[in-house]
Amino acid sequence: MQADTSNKRISNRKKGRRVLPGFGLSLGFTMLYVNLIVLIPISTLFFKSFSMTWDKFAGAITDPRVLASFRLSFGASLAAAFINLIFGLLVAWSLVRYHFPGKRIIDALVDLPFALPTAVAGITLTALCADNGWFGRYLQGLGIKAAFTPVGVVIALTFIGLPFVVRTVQPVLEDFDPDVEEAAASLGANRLYILARVILPAIRPAALTGFALAFARALGEYGSVVFISGNIPMHTEISPLLIVTKLEQYDYAGATAIAMTMLVVSFALLLTINLLQARMNRSV
Amino acid sequence: MHARNSHHLSEPFAVRRIIIGATLIFVGIFLVAPLLLVFTKAFENGLAAFFAAISEPDALAAIRLTLLAAAIAVPFNVVFGLVASWLIAKFDFPGKSILTTLIDLPFTVSPVVSGMIFVLLFGLQGWVGEWLDEHGMKIVFAIPGIILTTMFVTFPFVARELIPIMQTQGTEEEQAALVLGAGGWKTFFRVTLPNIKWGLIFGIILCNARAMGEFGAVSVVSGHIRGLTNTIPLHVEILYNEYHMNAAFAVASLLTFLALATLIVKKVVEWKLKEKLIASSSSWTPLPLPTKLTEMNEEPL
Repeated sequence: MQADTSNKRISNRKKGRRVLPGFGLSLGFTMLYVNLIVLIPISTLFFKSFSMTWDKFAGAITDPRVLASFRLSFGASLAAAFINLIFGLLVAWSLVRYHFPGKRIIDALVDLPFALPTAVAGITLTALCADNGWFGRYLQGLGIKAAFTPVGVVIALTFIGLPFVVRTVQPVLEDFDPDVEEAAASLGANRLYILARVILPAIRPAALTGFALAFARALGEYGSVVFISGNIPMHTEISPLLIVTKLEQYDYAGATAIAMTMLVVSFALLLTINLLQARMNRSV
Repeated sequence: MHARNSHHLSEPFAVRRIIIGATLIFVGIFLVAPLLLVFTKAFENGLAAFFAAISEPDALAAIRLTLLAAAIAVPFNVVFGLVASWLIAKFDFPGKSILTTLIDLPFTVSPVVSGMIFVLLFGLQGWVGEWLDEHGMKIVFAIPGIILTTMFVTFPFVARELIPIMQTQGTEEEQAALVLGAGGWKTFFRVTLPNIKWGLIFGIILCNARAMGEFGAVSVVSGHIRGLTNTIPLHVEILYNEYHMNAAFAVASLLTFLALATLIVKKVVEWKLKEKLIASSSSWTPLPLPTKLTEMNEEPL
């Protein structure tokens, strides 16, 4: 009896951290729930696309209207992610390094695009950019038409992706040891050299992660874009909207082909982000 | 923070001014202006028009449906979040990183695709659509579809808020409780739960905000039947498309209040977590969870 329990204890220790109760229960419940809510629904997409012939699939995603939507979705998402990369770095830098009035409020507001429902963001940005809107009337004077053009799509996607770069870079900058900068300065490096050679390499993985996240989010975004874009086929029609259009016409195969293509791209991005994160964790 | 930062180790005064200026302009255009616009438009025609817009029957029906969907989806995902984070943070098992990737999945999928998969599953052309139809049941373009989609979209929030917090806490306190004779459930409710209280509250708030605000996914499965399958965001869309601008913004302002409340709660929770000296690596930004989850425990607090 005595030997038995001590043996059990040893085997428990061998299993490492599995000393707490509830492993079986929590594993069972988690697997059941993940399967019911996520895995089974998502798998329909795969089965649907595997039930299509390759020709049909290729035909669906090389349709000119679909290709135009891919071009717009990828192009606008990339442009928005770049804007967010540059301004995100500036915002994160100001929030960590400088003191200015309203800093705490701005810090809290950065998360607004995550908290604000996309439909609200959509109608608000459209109202701002419309010809008689607060920004639209000045943009019009500059010869830029924002609402119902690809420019509007980029504006909406910039709003949606705004927090990503700021929130990935901010903690890295906060943890950055000022002694390193001081050491570089005492060795005679000037400010620009320190920025380029000391600080930038430290925040690069975080900035790239933020960029990739903003890009991935923008690719799938729907609510904030459909209002401002005007949804003109071949011109301002994003891929997620085309999926909805095809679903409404009961063209489930066509919708699946577009969705599948976008999903593959998102997964590739997620994989890249995970690799970047792993590298970041290693360097910390 | 450090005085030396702002002196010989900082940028020239003019450069600092330019960077702060760019920050203020960017934030002003993209964050402050939209907020001001929502409330300006919502209250432009006075309080009476505002209350009329949010109390007409279709608006009330939309509010009721949104509350119902959140009231079902959020508790389910809270229970799941608690169980899944206990599993992932307290145990090591093969396939753990696959599981965390699966939990992240709804964040990486376009909202439109999130709705679409339920149409593929339950729609008339779908796998079980015909069977459902024969038995007089309707899931897609009806309330059950809206609830299911909401559950899918808000599925990761609580879990991913709790996993990093539970991981930083390790298992020592639970082990101590067990050694002292407490049972599993007692340990969970008396030791684990109080430790993750603030993270849990924040996870619930985030989950709820998304549940009430989701547009794309719900739009695909709703069928847009006025007074029946319209949620608040869908009602905003209808009002907007019918050029009832002020009414649209009045209803939208309800969701904006919810968003602002969420931001305030976030700040309070961050402050509470810092107070408890818990290095919360979690964030509201849907960052992928670190792949090597165990590494985090080795970092000193």
